[in-house]
Order: sequence, then C-alpha cells, then structure tokens
Amino acid sequence: MDGIRSWFDYLSSRTDLVVETLLQTLAYVVTVTVAASIVSITVGVLTRHNALAKELSLSIASVFLTIPSLALFTIFIPIVGLGFAPSFIAMFLYALLPIMRNTVAGLDSVDSSVIESAKGMGLTPNQVLFKVQLPLAWPVILAGIRVSALLTVGISAIATLVAGGGLGDFIKSGLARLPLPNSLEAIWTGVILSLVLALAIDVVLRTVGRFSNPSGVRS
Amino acid sequence: MNPNPQGPQLEENKVTTPKISLRNVTKTYSGVDQPAVKDLDLDIASGEILVLVGPSGCGKSTTLRLINRMIEPSSGEIIFDGENVTNSDPNELRRRMGYVIQQVGLFPHRTIAENIAVVPKSLKWPKDRIRARVDELLELTGMDPNVYRDRYPKELSGGQAQRVGVARALGAEPDVLLMDEPFGAIDPITRFNLQNEFLRLQSELKKTIVFVTHDIDEAVKMGDRIAILRDQSEIAQLDTPEAILTNPADAFVVDFLGSGAVLKTLTLRRLRDIQLVHPPEITEQTGRADAAAQLRQSDFPYAVLLDDTRRPIAWVDQKNLDSSDSLDSNSRRIPVKLQPEDTLQEALSVMLQTSAGMSAVVDGSGQYLGTCTIQSLAELLTDQPVDGASL
Ligand SMILES: Nc1ncnc2c1ncn2[C@@H]1O[C@H](COP(=O)(O)OP(=O)(O)O)[C@@H](O)[C@H]1O
Ligand SMILES: [Mg+2]
Repeated sequence: MDGIRSWFDYLSSRTDLVVETLLQTLAYVVTVTVAASIVSITVGVLTRHNALAKELSLSIASVFLTIPSLALFTIFIPIVGLGFAPSFIAMFLYALLPIMRNTVAGLDSVDSSVIESAKGMGLTPNQVLFKVQLPLAWPVILAGIRVSALLTVGISAIATLVAGGGLGDFIKSGLARLPLPNSLEAIWTGVILSLVLALAIDVVLRTVGRFSNPSGVRS
Repeated sequence: MNPNPQGPQLEENKVTTPKISLRNVTKTYSGVDQPAVKDLDLDIASGEILVLVGPSGCGKSTTLRLINRMIEPSSGEIIFDGENVTNSDPNELRRRMGYVIQQVGLFPHRTIAENIAVVPKSLKWPKDRIRARVDELLELTGMDPNVYRDRYPKELSGGQAQRVGVARALGAEPDVLLMDEPFGAIDPITRFNLQNEFLRLQSELKKTIVFVTHDIDEAVKMGDRIAILRDQSEIAQLDTPEAILTNPADAFVVDFLGSGAVLKTLTLRRLRDIQLVHPPEITEQTGRADAAAQLRQSDFPYAVLLDDTRRPIAWVDQKNLDSSDSLDSNSRRIPVKLQPEDTLQEALSVMLQTSAGMSAVVDGSGQYLGTCTIQSLAELLTDQPVDGASL
C-alpha cells in the first residue's frame, strides 16, 4: 500500500514530465508504425508476383530482427547523431518484418479462383489489387501492424540510451539512482506506463479491425 | 470492321458468320517445349452451345482462356463479331464475355448483389439499372432476390454459389458465356438440376456459349455441337452429339465415348422421332370374348385399356380377360404417360418400371396416341452402327 501511495505521489508531483515522456513514446509508436506499414505493404504488394523478390525482402527484414537492439540503436549515431533519428531508424527496421510477412501471407491467402474470376470480368490489375486482394488481405495485414506497434512500445525504452527520450527515461534514471528515494517509483513509472500504452494501442487497433475488416470474411 | 478473311461469301450470309473464330491459334507456355494448343482453327456460331470435351490436360481450359485473352496466344488470331481482337484491350473484351469457372470465385467480401453488379458497375451503369438487373438475374437463376441480395457468398451452398456465378457472368448482358467445368464441383443431383435449368435459360437467352467439360455425358446433354479434343487441343471430331454418337470419327473418339454410347443415343431421340405401334385397343364396354380374340390375333402380349375419353388406363393380358374381376382393378395400371417430346431414355425407364415392356404415349390432352415397346427400342439401337463403342 505504501509503495502504491508513494508511486502516486511521485506521478502527481511531476505530471507535466510524465505526460511529455508518454507523448514521446506515443510519437515513436505512431511514426514508426505508419512508416513501417507504408514501406512493408508497398514491398509486399510490389513483390506479389515474384517469389524470389518476395523471399529476398522477407530475408532482409528478418536480418534486422536478429541484430541486438542496443547495437541497432547505436550504429546510426555516426550518420544521424543522437536523439530521435537513430531511435526512429532502429525501431522502423524492427517493425518492418511483422507487417511485411503478414502482407505477403495475406495476399497469398486470397483464393486464386477469386482473382481468376476478377480478371475474367475485366477488372484491371490495379482494380484486382485494390478491390479484391488488399481488402481480403487486410485483416492479416492489420494483425501484423498490431504486432509491430506493440513491439515498438517495448523497444522504445531503449531510445533513452541514445538520448531519444520516451518512457525509458524513467527506467534509466531510476536504475542509475537505486536505491535512493524515488528510484523504484521512477522505474515503475516507465514500466507501468509502457504496459498501459501497449494495452491502449492494442484496444485501438482491434477496434479499427472490427470496423475495417470486410464483413463477408469476418468469422 | 476488318475485312472478312473468308471472303465475300460470308458477308452475304450473315447467319453463318461465326460469333467467335480462332484462326490457327497456338499457345506455348513459357518454359514448356510442347504447345498446350497447337494450330487450332475453331468457329463458334452465334447462339450455339459449343462444348469442348476431352481428357484432362488436353488443353480445354487453355483454349477457353485464349478466347477472352486470359491467356495470350503465341501465334494466330482471335476474331470476335468479325473484329480481330487479338491485340485489343483485353479488359474491355472480357467485360463483353461472361466467364464462369468451376470454383466460382465469388468475392467473399462482397454481398451477392455486389458480386453480380461488378461488371455493370465497371461499365458505369446507373444505380437504378444495376439494382433492377441484379434482381432480374437472381430471379432468372432461381434465387429469391429478397432472400439472397444482401447475403455473403459464404452463406451459400455450392449449387447456389454457382447460380450466382452464372448470374454474375450474365451481369452486363454479354452475348458470350465462357464456362470452364461450371458444374464440375457440384453433387450429381444438384448438377442435374442446374444443367436442366441452364438449358431452359439458354433457350430464352440464346447466348453464344463455349462450355468446357471432361464429362462426355454432360457434353452430350449440353452441347448443340461438341468438339472432342485430344492432346494439344487437336480436334478429333466436331459435330452434333447425335452425329458423334452414331458415327464416331476414329478409335480415339470411340474410346472417349465409352461403353455407354449406345444408351446415350436414347437421351437424344424423342418419341416423336420413332414409329409408334398399336396393340389392340379395348374399353370396359368391349366384350371379353371379343377382346380376347383381338389380343390373340395380334402380336402383342397386352391390349391397352382406354377410358371413355381415350385415356390409357391399363395393360390387359389374356389372364385378365379370363378372370371375372373388372379389368380396371386386376390389370397392370399405366401410372406414367409419356408424351411425344419425351426422350427414348425416359420411355425405357418407364417400361422397366411397369414391367410390361411397353409405354403408352399420349398427346397434350392425355389422349392415347400409340405405344412404344422395348422391341422398337432394341431395333433402333441395333440399327445403329456404333460398332466398338458398344462393348
Ligand atoms: N500456366 C501454365 N504453365 C505451364 N503449363 C501449363 C499452364 N497451364 C496449363 N499448362 C499445361 O498445358 C496443358 C493443357 O492444360 P489445360 O488447358 O489446363 O488442360 P485441360 O483444361 O484440358 O485439363 C497441360 O499439359 C498443362 O499442364
Ligand atoms: Mg481445365
């Protein structure tokens, strides 16, 4: 009980900082997810007729996930400096694979007879893509976007190590000051708010899914 | 319009101008040595059902898909309505030809109405016209618009889905339907019904239809003409079902027709095409002795008992006449009366059911016209030189 009260005291005495840091993390999640979605969906769409290009893109995207996160956050510092930029690039590279893989899987899962009949009715390749393939692949693609968004919330805590801000700031300063007063409260702030943010994003994206997934294919 | 390559003779006689012509068409898939379709010449007449039938892999689907240019020919020309469409806009061409495939391929994320509206919509028909057309097509294919309009494809059975597939193909009133084993994935009873309904539909619509199947029975049933194909879409025989069944061109065709070929001819002949025979006709008023004498003098085992309005009631034999019971009660009743439009196959099955070996034929008002016997069918069949096919 005491711990919880002192954590609330900690939070209420610095709401401005908490809100600012939370918004920094949210900004990462939104920009990274949007950028990774645009790139991954585009790559998935452009390589849909070419098995080799498809495999190659997926392999490249998987390589990023195998690089230790701290390394990925730091290798771009010589080029882009400290702060938002190296953090954004690292998280962006991480977020590519789930969306790309699901885009490829989603497009592949569209029944070939549906595409055949669409072509047979004289739909152009673009109409087939936008009226048939993408709508049918969308639930799978959106699931990939959700995974990437949640992944980004998690690894955004590392941004603090390259002066990128975000909720990781609380965890880092708490760890550095252990066992001084308020150090535990700082760590909790970083961890709990990350969890809350992840839950909120999950709820939002599931709701988006509920409204945007085509009705005939909702099970 | 392009000059007609077959000269002025066809220009004069518009009726014989083919709706679709393939001229010396070859298709070789990339990475394959042998062409899938080789030097094919094929004319499809306006308003006919031309069936392409042949063993699996002989190139039926490839041939069909060359017509709407889902597959581009390696060489040769495709003529549609007298116009060389080999290099025209393929999408524009496809909107003028309905396309029905075995797996149907309805858009699962669109309602039935939206599925049927795809081509009219891409042709920018006004909304009212599309809505009316969708309902009309649902009615036409035996689906209640009020029930099915707003449903999704996953709520349909296989047979219903293919009805919608046909409705969708007819969406923008194309002159031509291309159908690739449309009823191939449907259970036999539903398939039978769909075939019959489709034939009824076609007798009103008079579309030009190219119909692919690997099933010779379906080919015989559906086709105005049948092209029997062998490897590389080579035409082994192209003719009416009757001509092919009674006069197969070579051993390959005989083989492909299979052992049922003689019986299949029964499905093509109708009672009006054969000579009916006339066993003695009696009524309840005819004296027993008189009737017995008539029967004895005839070659028939039965006389036909007619009522006052000359409707056939029963087959009566000597034993019935000898007994004291009323003829009506102890003789072989005639439950099914055939009409001249019925096929000989139906006549045969009626004969087998009633075990009299005879079936009575009546006119539209039910009056007796004559009798078809199992002997007349047997003579008809043995007359026909289908040697080899009847093994
Ligand atoms: N896309 C393709 N690429 C290469 N070969 C093909 C392709 N489609 C069909 N074939 C080959 O062409 C031949 C004819 O195929 P198809 O027209 O589908 O035959 P059918 O419909 O009569 O069964 C077959 O040998 C088949 O393997
Ligand atoms: Mg085929």
